This record gives sequence, structure tokens and C-alpha cells, in this order.
Amino acid sequence: MSILKPIAFGALLAFGLSATASAEINVNVHYLKIERALPPTLSNLDPVPEDLGVSGAELALKDNATTGRFLGHDYALETTEVYLGEDPLASAKQALETTPLLLIDAPAGIVTAIADLPEAQSALLFNVAAPDNPLRRENCRRNVLHTAPSLAMRTDALAQFFVKRRWDRLALIEGTYAQDQSYANALRESLTKFGLGLRSSKTWAFDADMRRNAAQEVPLFTQELKDHDVLLVADEVHDFGRYIAFNTWEPRPIAGSEGMTATAWAPVVEQWGAAQLQSRFEKAAERKMLPRDYAAWAAVRAIGEAVTRTSSADLQTLRAFILSPEFELAGFKGRPLSFRPWNGQLRQPIPLTHPRALVAMAPLEGFLHPVSELDTLGQDQPETTCKAFE
Amino acid sequence: MPLLSNITKTTALALCLALPFSHAQAEEIWISNEKDDTISVIDVATLEVVRTIETGERPRGITFSHDHKVLYICASDSDAVQVMDPETGKILHDLPSGEDPEQFVLHPDNRHLYIANEDDAITTVVDVETRKVVAQIDVGIEPEGMAVSPDGKYAITTSETTNMTHWIDTETQELVANTLVDSRPRHAEFAAGGSELWVSAEIGGTLSVFDVESKAEKAKIEFEVQGVHPDRVQPVGFEFTGDEKTAFVALGPSNHVAVVNAETFEVEEYILVGRRVWHMAFNTDKSLLFTTNGVSGDVTVIDVAERAAVKTIKVGRFPWGAALRP
Repeated sequence: MSILKPIAFGALLAFGLSATASAEINVNVHYLKIERALPPTLSNLDPVPEDLGVSGAELALKDNATTGRFLGHDYALETTEVYLGEDPLASAKQALETTPLLLIDAPAGIVTAIADLPEAQSALLFNVAAPDNPLRRENCRRNVLHTAPSLAMRTDALAQFFVKRRWDRLALIEGTYAQDQSYANALRESLTKFGLGLRSSKTWAFDADMRRNAAQEVPLFTQELKDHDVLLVADEVHDFGRYIAFNTWEPRPIAGSEGMTATAWAPVVEQWGAAQLQSRFEKAAERKMLPRDYAAWAAVRAIGEAVTRTSSADLQTLRAFILSPEFELAGFKGRPLSFRPWNGQLRQPIPLTHPRALVAMAPLEGFLHPVSELDTLGQDQPETTCKAFE
Repeated sequence: MPLLSNITKTTALALCLALPFSHAQAEEIWISNEKDDTISVIDVATLEVVRTIETGERPRGITFSHDHKVLYICASDSDAVQVMDPETGKILHDLPSGEDPEQFVLHPDNRHLYIANEDDAITTVVDVETRKVVAQIDVGIEPEGMAVSPDGKYAITTSETTNMTHWIDTETQELVANTLVDSRPRHAEFAAGGSELWVSAEIGGTLSVFDVESKAEKAKIEFEVQGVHPDRVQPVGFEFTGDEKTAFVALGPSNHVAVVNAETFEVEEYILVGRRVWHMAFNTDKSLLFTTNGVSGDVTVIDVAERAAVKTIKVGRFPWGAALRP
């Protein structure tokens, strides 16, 4: 419980927000964004925003700073973009010289490489982008927390929905990129976990331009699939998936990378006060809030929440609090968010959405758990293969 | 449960018989419907909706002037506080409200309206007579809960994302204290003759009780609804009985209202109501409590003495605020 001394507050008010010299606690966060080579896709309708992720972190920093203003806590955010051909580890080392609190927006391999740097051993890294399951399992690191949901959490959300609706006859079309394969594997694993299975699957390996040919190619391509209730699409690079809907041989709903998707966040989430977060984000970034923005927002807010509640900027104090049962973050998804102490993954509801509306929020009603229903999504403690947090 | 339904019938019958004769003008409960841009007016005697009145966009907080001559409406998406003549249902004028007004409280002087501007992290103070903004006070992110002490000395704003209770001195219109509460504070009320301040935390799942004198937390109330996961037990709006000995606390998506002993801070009972119960208002003698149930689009009527739900009344989409017109 902290009551700000009226005098200190008066001084802050008088000098406005720039009166940070009197701050008792300074918290610096660094956002490290590693550029990836994006594979060519059939359509460029949805370019990746340049400020993806960063704008989420910036909004959370503003949120933290507003709270900090009343408590004498000061927050700052710096961003480094590492372009193709540059050395991400060198940039990480540089960033770690200024602060131990790093947000990493990079592929899984680079996340672990940074985590293994000697300079990072007493740091706290937040993975805001890489969804890979192994990063939360055998490749987990003690100094890495994940605010981006794992693939398993997202595909478990889909599987729960199919169980609930009794749509248990499923077919899959998967792309050929590594991301597509990881996603397809996660889907298969989730279906097995919830007692479902694929009746048939096909690999999309065409190089034709679907803007001209979807209407002719997709019906024939999907004709061979066995009878199914839902057609799953594993196209995480968003190459061909957008051309599947309404072109299938049988009239079937699409889910997975297209159609009904399961992600950390979507612009159509509006309940649970989310409308406010959406409008604040849109005002600041002049675009819609996307999953990576949400993961970055959650990471910076988690840091802020820990600093506020512990009145400390000591890294071990923050880490211990964040991983403790006392930690809770209001994440605009209807339930308090917290971290799994066995692998550092942020527990969070997963919205199932289509481009126009929210369909459901996982975990769905009826999927029970002795500790937290949120742990029905993703790998649970009893089966964890992460050893670093023991 | 035949016993309960008998009580229910008897209570309802008693109400129907007793109330129409005891008031010259029928008392009414006014309900704002957030996603219908309307107000539903419930006749307390018949427990039926007797009027539906159009408002600005996304009406949330509603409150009557202390003489009940006008109704103030937070029309959030119209960025206005509307002033309505409750007789005619006509909007008389708008008050300058700041952006996205969500909830407000009227000072005992019947003149100063303290408005939470949710999108701007500001509390706006408006003089309802001159229709001018008297002050704007920087508060935390997403201010929502608003309260004013019975002596008029303090106005309170709670901010949902900053997780704080901001204490405003109404003389100077400046913040004098900021106290942390649990996640997503939603509603605040003074209690115990103004010596306590209660603040609900939706995501934290708790109700904090502050000693007004020291501004220190003196108790924290937790809730446990059988068969409902703790994550879904989310305290939001609450009100006190006339003697201030009992509080009724809406628990959001747990679909229950908790009955709390305001002296021991113990939860005595849970009453099943509609889905995502939000705010509430009593009738004049505080024998009946009307709760707004956002998701099910209805109002539950609770018999305060029996601590039982006696009727469900369908209103508009996403009912939010409730106010008594005696």
C-alpha cells in the first residue's frame, strides 16, 4: 500500500510529466526487434506493419508511466531494430549493457542464443514473438518469459472448440514452410490431446497464382479429402490460405491459419473492457492492435505491475514476484493473467475469432482443471519437459 | 424449491397490493442500456418496463439530481453528459463532459458533477448550473469508479489499468492521495457514515475497505462462489442497505450477488441473478434491489429482507447503470 506524499506529487504536477528527476525508481526496458526474411506470398493485401510489436510496448509504457507518476516510478523504453545481415547477438549485448529487461522479437533460435549469452545470465528476457512449442519445453531458458502464447495454446483452443461443437471430423491442408509445419504438428498434437484426429490431410505445394486460379484449383484439390466437418488450414506465412474459403468442393467452414483463428489478440475483441485498450492503441498507433502488439504490451505491463506491487526495480525481486501466485495482470481478456512457474509462459485466454467478430474465448466452459482452467491450454505442469525452472 | 416460490409469490403479491397506494407518483428504476442507446423505466409497483426512452450513444452511468428534477446520462460514444427531463424524456441540453464519459457522481451540493473520462485518464468537474468545466484532474488510465464522501470533502476516482484509488480534495480540485488496490478497480462507495471507502477490484476479485481518515486499507473482502471458478468471480458494482450494515456486491460473470456483512466484512450469502451482473439500485425504502445483468439483457429484482431473487425483467441490450426515481 503506497500513499504518495502530497509534496512530491505537487512537485510532479507542477513540472508535468517531465519531472522525472525526482523519481525514486527508474525502470528501463529495451525492445530488440530482429528483422526476418519474409517468404513471398500470393497476395500483399495485408502488409506487416513496420511498428508491429513496438507500438504495443510503447502503449504499455505509457500505461506504466501514468501509474508510476503517482508513485515516483519512472519508465523508459528504447528500441533497437536489427536488420538482415546484422548481428543480433552484438545488438543484444549492447542492449544488455543498458538494462537487464529485454523484450525480444525474434525467431526461436535467436531467442535461445541471446538467453545463453553470459551477459544475459542475470537478465530477464521476454519472448514476444516466437510461438514455438520447444521454446517452452526442452529448449526453455530460466531467464526467458513468454508473453506470446505457444502454438500449443492456440491449437488447443481450436481443439476445445471442435470438441464443444462436436465437429470431430477434421481435414487439414498444410503449407510447406517450417512455420506451417510447426503449426500443423501443433494442431495434430492438440487434436490427439482432446480425443480428436485428422481424417485426411494434404500438402499445398503449388506455385500457381491463386488470385486467378483459386476458383478452379481449390475445388479439385479439396475434392479428395475425406468427409469432414471443418477444414483446417496450416498456412502461417499466409500464402495460399486466404483463397481456400468458399472455393472448397464441399461447403465447409475453415479454421486454423485462416477463417476462424486462435491468436493472442484480434481487433474484434471488445468485451472485458477490451474496447478501451483497442481504442487507446488505435489512437496511438493509427492502426489495429495485432497479436504481437498484445504480447509486447503484456510484457511491459507485467514489468510495470511487478514494479508497482513490489516498489522495487531489483531484477530478482521482480522475477520472483512475476512467477509467484500473487502476480496478476488485467489483460482485457476476462480473467487475470499470470505466469506458469514451470516454464515462464504467460497464462492467457485465447480468443477464437473471424475477421468480423469474436466466436468464443478459450478455455471454453466445461474444460476443467484443478488449478487454473487457463492451464487446459498448452503444456501443463505434469507433462512439462522444461527443466530450467526447477 | 416449492418453499422459495411460495415466498416469491407472496412477496410479489404483497408488493403489488401495497405499493400503488403508498405513493402518489409511482417510484421507478431507470436502467441505461449500453448497446441499445436507450433507458428502460421500470415501475417498482408492477415490476414491469413502462417506458423506453432514447438517449445518446452508449449510455452507461446515469444519476438523478438530488431533487430528481433532471437525469444525467453518460452518453459515452456521443462524448457528452446529457441532461434529461424525466417527465418528458426529452434531452434538455448537454454538459461539457470531456471525451468518453463513463461514470460520474454528483456532489452533495447538487451542483458539481465529477465525471470519469475513460479514454483520456482525466476526471472532469462540471458545474451543472453554469454548464462549464470547473477543473480537469489527471488520474490513472481508464478512470471508472466514482464516489463522493457524504460531507462532500472528497471525490474519488478509481482507475482500471493504473489500479489506483485517487482521492480528490473537492475544495482545491487536486489529488491529495493515490492508493493502490487490486487489479481493475470498478466501483467505489463511502460507507460507515463516511468513515470508510469501499473499492471493488474486478480482476483482483476483491473489495478493499479503506479508513478515510488514514487512507490505509483496513480490510480486504474475498469471494468464493460454489461451482464457479475464482477467475470468474469479479466484483463490480455494490450498494449498502439503509443502515449501512449490509452490502450487496455484484460479482459480474459469476452471475451472483454477494451479501456482505459490512461490520465483520464477512460474506453471508450469494444470490443467483442474471448473466454478468454489473450495477444496481434500491427502491425508496430499500426493500427491493434491482441489478443490471449485462449479458442476459435483464434486471433481477432481489427481495432484500429475504435475500432472494423474486423476478427477472427483460430490458434493452447490455443494461449497465441503474438509478432510482422516487
